[in-house]
Amino acid sequence: MLKIKNLHVAIGEKEILKGLDLHIPNGKVHAVMGPNGSGKSTLSYVLAGKAGYNVTKGSVTLDGKDILSMSCNERALAGIFLAMQYPVEIPGVSNLTFLKTALNAVRSAKGLPELDAMQMLKLLKTKAKELGLSEEMLKRAVNSGFSGGEKKRNEILQMAVLEPSLCIMDEIDSGLDIDALKTVADGVNALRSENRSMLIITHYQRLLEYIRPDRIHVLNHGKIQRSGDASLALELEAEGYKLHA
Amino acid sequence: MSNTSANPPENIFDENYKYGFSTDIASESFPMGLNEDIVRLISAKMNEPNWMLKKRLNAFAVWKNMKEPAWAKVSYPPIDYQNSYYYSAPKKKDENAPMTLDDIDPKIKETYDKLGVPLHEQEIFAGVQKPRVAVDAVFDSISVATTYKEELKKHGIIFCPISEAITKHSDLVQKYFSTVVPPDDNFFAALNTAVFTDGTFVFVPKGVRCPMELSSYFRINARNTGQFERTLIIAEEGASVSYLEGCTAPQRDENQLHAAVVELTALDNANIKYSTVQNWYPGDKEGKGGIYNFVTKRGLCKGRNSKISWTQIETGSSITWKYPSCVLLGDDSIGEFYSIAITNNYQQADTGTKMIHIGKNTSSTIIAKSISAGHSSGTYRGLVKVTKSAKNAKNKTQCDNLLIGGSCTANTIPYIESGQSCAVLEHEATASKISDEQLFYCKQRGLTDEQAMSLIVNGFCKEVLQEIPMEFAVEAQKLIGLSLEGSVG
Repeated sequence: MLKIKNLHVAIGEKEILKGLDLHIPNGKVHAVMGPNGSGKSTLSYVLAGKAGYNVTKGSVTLDGKDILSMSCNERALAGIFLAMQYPVEIPGVSNLTFLKTALNAVRSAKGLPELDAMQMLKLLKTKAKELGLSEEMLKRAVNSGFSGGEKKRNEILQMAVLEPSLCIMDEIDSGLDIDALKTVADGVNALRSENRSMLIITHYQRLLEYIRPDRIHVLNHGKIQRSGDASLALELEAEGYKLHA
Repeated sequence: MSNTSANPPENIFDENYKYGFSTDIASESFPMGLNEDIVRLISAKMNEPNWMLKKRLNAFAVWKNMKEPAWAKVSYPPIDYQNSYYYSAPKKKDENAPMTLDDIDPKIKETYDKLGVPLHEQEIFAGVQKPRVAVDAVFDSISVATTYKEELKKHGIIFCPISEAITKHSDLVQKYFSTVVPPDDNFFAALNTAVFTDGTFVFVPKGVRCPMELSSYFRINARNTGQFERTLIIAEEGASVSYLEGCTAPQRDENQLHAAVVELTALDNANIKYSTVQNWYPGDKEGKGGIYNFVTKRGLCKGRNSKISWTQIETGSSITWKYPSCVLLGDDSIGEFYSIAITNNYQQADTGTKMIHIGKNTSSTIIAKSISAGHSSGTYRGLVKVTKSAKNAKNKTQCDNLLIGGSCTANTIPYIESGQSCAVLEHEATASKISDEQLFYCKQRGLTDEQAMSLIVNGFCKEVLQEIPMEFAVEAQKLIGLSLEGSVG
C-alpha cells in the first residue's frame, strides 16, 4: 500500500511536483497519465530514490514505512521496483549474474536463504519462458544489444523474479509494437496480486486496454488534477489533456 | 527528507588495505647501502658458484653507468639507492640446516595464514580433494617455504627457490639465466641482476604437463628493504605449466622498492601461462608511502608453435612500471597479454606489453583494461613490432579505460612498428565512465553502492578475468570487489 501526501519535489531550484497526493491500496493497479513535462517520470524517480531529486515537503509511506528516509537500495529491498523507460546496458555482466545478485540481496533482506546458481537458473528459466524470453538472453550481458521489446520484457522478468510489493512502470509501452505490448501486458497481469500495488505511468491509453487499471489519475503542473475509473482513459484519448492544462 | 548528491562517487576504491600489518620477527640484514661488497656478500650468503658472482659483478658495473629511465608517465622524488637494505631475512634457528616446512617461524606461518596462503600441503579429506596449488613463499629477501616439491619431482618438475636452484641445478640455471632479459637490458634489470636475493625457479621437462598450479607468494615485511626477486621458468618441448604470483606488503609511510626480473622460455610446442595478482601496499589517501614496483618481465617463445600468455591484475603499488612482453621467435608461436590495472588516490601506473614478432605466422593478442579513480593516473603503453622475417604476423590489440570521478587520468600509448607489408595489425581503444544511470539501475534492484560498483567493474574486466586460472578466479574477483569496499555513499 502506497501513500503519498502533499509531495513537493524540486530538481535544483525548479519545483516539479507541487503537492501531489496519491493512495494505492494493496491489490490495486493505478495509472498516472499526463502530458510531457507534467512530472510523471519525476514521480517514479523520486519514489525509487534517484539522486538529484529533492523532496522539500510531504511524506511517502509504503505499508506504513517512511521510504523517504531510505536510500535507493533500501527502498528496493523494502519492495519498490521501478521498471524503467530506458533500461541501461551493463556490459560484461550477464543477466543471470545480475539477477542472482539482486535476488539474493532481496532475499537476505527478507531473512530468506540465498539461492545458488543452479536454483537461480531453474527459477529464471521458468519465468523467462512465461515471458517468451529465450534462455540465451539470460546469458547475454544486461540489456546489451537487446531490442526495445526485449529490454522491456527483461524489466518485467526482473519484476517477476524480485517479487516487489510496489511495482512502478514508467512508460513500459514506449517503443513497443502491438505483439510486444501484449506480451508485456500479459506478464504484468500475471503479477497482479492481493498483496501488491502497481503504479503505471503512461502517455497513452493504449497500454491500459491490456492492463486494466482500477483507477486513473491525471497529472499536470505537478499535481493530480483529476481521478476516475478506467473510462477516464478513453475520455482523455478523445479530448487530450487540454481540459487539465 | 531525501537529498542525495548527483555527483559521481569519487573514492570508491578507498579501502583499508587489508594486508597492511607487519610481522615482528628476528631478522638478519646486511648493512644499508649498495656497493660491490654488498653484491659479494649476497652471493656468498647464497653459496653461489663463481659464474653467478661474476654475472652479478658485471651487472653491478653496468648498472653504475646507467641512468634511471624517465620516459614513463610517472613522477616520484629521486630514489636514494644507498638508503635501502639489500638483504633482510628471517633468522634461522640453525644457520646451516636447510629449511623445511616444520622449521618455519610460527609467526611467519601466521603471516601467510592471515594472507590466506597455505604453507601446508592439502590432505585428502573424506575422499574429496580440494584443488591443489603448490606454493613458494618469499619473505623479504629469501624463500621460506616451498610446498609439493617432492610430488612435483616425481614428474621431473623442479619447483624451488632460485637460490637453491643456483647451487643444486647450477648448469641448468646457467644455461637459461639472463638469456631473455640481459643484465644491460635496462636500469632496473641491471640492478636486479646485481642484487637479487631469491625468487622462484621452475623447470618442466620435455613432454610433461604440470599436474597442478604453481604459485609464488611475495611478501615484503622489513622496513627500508628493497625486494629484488628473480624468477626463471623453463618449459621444454611439449611441456606446459601455469604459474601464478601474488604480492602484498605492510602499510608504511616511506616508499619501498620492488624491482623484479622474470624470464620465461618456451621451447617447441611448449605452453607457459603466467598470472599475477599484484596487491602491494598502494600508499595512503594522500599518496604517502607505498611500493615502487619496477619490474621487467619477458617471455621468449623460442620454439615452433610455442605459446606464452601473461595475465595480470594490478591493484597495488604507488608506482607501477611494468611491461610483460613476448618475443615470438619460433614460427607459429603465440603471445598473449591480458591485463587489469586499477589505480586510485595518487597511484600511478604505466604498464602494458611488448609483442616482438620475429618468426613466421606468429600471432599476438593484447587486451588491456585500465580502471582509474581518485587522483590517479593509468597509462597503457604497448609496442607491437613486426620484423622483416615475421611473415603473416597477426596482432589484435584492445585497450579499454574506465574512469571513475573527474580527477583521474587515463592514457593509451600504442607503438606499432611494422617491417612486413603482409602483417595484419588491429588496434582498438575505448574510454568510458561508470554512469550514474548504471549505478542507479543496480541500486534500484537492491544492490549497495559497493555491490553495484563491483558488478560493473567486474563486467568491464570480464574478458581478462576469464583468463585467470580457475583456482584463483574467485580470489581475483573478490580483490576487485574488496578494493571497492566502504567507499561510496
